[in-house]
Amino acid sequence: MPAGTLYRGREGMWSWVAHRVTGVLIFFFLFAHVLDTALVRVSPEAYNSTIATYKTWPVNLMEYGLTAAILFHALNGLRVIAVDFWAKGPKYQRQMLWTVVTVWVVLMAGAFYPILQETLRNWFG
Amino acid sequence: MSTPTIEDAPQAGNPHSAGLDAAESGKVELITITVRIRRFNPEEHPDAVWVDYQLTVDPKIRVLDAINTIKWEQDGTLTYRRSCAHGVCGSDAMRINGKNRLACKTLIKDVSPEKPITIEPIKGLTVLKDLVVDMDPFFQAYRDVMPFLITTGNEPTRERIQSEEDVQRFEDTTKCILCAACTTSCPVFWNDGQYFGPAAIVNAHRFIFDSRDEGAEQRLEILNDRDGVWRCRTTFNCTDACPRGIEVTKAIQEVKRALVTRRF
Repeated sequence: MPAGTLYRGREGMWSWVAHRVTGVLIFFFLFAHVLDTALVRVSPEAYNSTIATYKTWPVNLMEYGLTAAILFHALNGLRVIAVDFWAKGPKYQRQMLWTVVTVWVVLMAGAFYPILQETLRNWFG
Repeated sequence: MSTPTIEDAPQAGNPHSAGLDAAESGKVELITITVRIRRFNPEEHPDAVWVDYQLTVDPKIRVLDAINTIKWEQDGTLTYRRSCAHGVCGSDAMRINGKNRLACKTLIKDVSPEKPITIEPIKGLTVLKDLVVDMDPFFQAYRDVMPFLITTGNEPTRERIQSEEDVQRFEDTTKCILCAACTTSCPVFWNDGQYFGPAAIVNAHRFIFDSRDEGAEQRLEILNDRDGVWRCRTTFNCTDACPRGIEVTKAIQEVKRALVTRRF
């Protein structure tokens, strides 16, 4: 069957999609994080060798992605709370979303070097 | 009283826009459009198909006029609902270029006529044929919120007096025409047809916040259900889709807050 078209929702719909996606990402991170921390109960060596694999550039990039997901989820979460509890929240939801995106971009730009410095040094000296 | 008509030819030297000239001379610039309709006839084929129709029209006509032209001149089997054709009855809600709108309130010129205009049935309700969907679940949710005045005690001899301020509390939600554009734009409703949906909540809001009504507690309890207001994820698709301009999400949020604070 030829698929129907994607619903052309506006900012509200896409912010909800992004909130869901980042929420699932954070859940998977927490899942992995609980498992790797629990490894210390198996043996300190197993724990150390697992943590050592985290000190590689792909994981470093993923850390930056995790920061992006958590920051967006947190900031948009504040917006959703405002939409829920502030009488004028629904009216200003779009402006609040663009505020969230702006703050998120600024924070992500600020976090770029502090998080990725090891990888950047390895790549560019 | 006579109907005003333009009898005099425009005087030479008067500044006239091309549009005015065209209107006065009765000329209309026609354009050729492609209308891509999602057709479905379970008696012929189990799957839906996209069918293109070409027609030459005035860009200022409505999408409903274009569909009517297709039905009357090209393919009489095309099936859709329409009644008043003036944005009041709420029959012709459909997904035009990916968004829920009333075909009778959407002009061709406003939906990028240079590209094929896609028309699909509204989403989340079972398609019966072409653009006709089964509206029964939608109206059942509407009935479930008891959309009528509930009072106790003796009826007043004259009117149930209400201040202007009290009317304004729910005035916005009285505008609903039950077209289902909001409910079928909701991602939560697409995935779970048990959700009451924005339209039912809007119509509950209309009575919950009516100072003359005494059934607010009952309606709030109905909407406190797991398929009630708490399913709303504030995607604002409903507010964007409403052809009457009702602030649907705001109404849903007010019902949520009424459930928390018990103030209404």
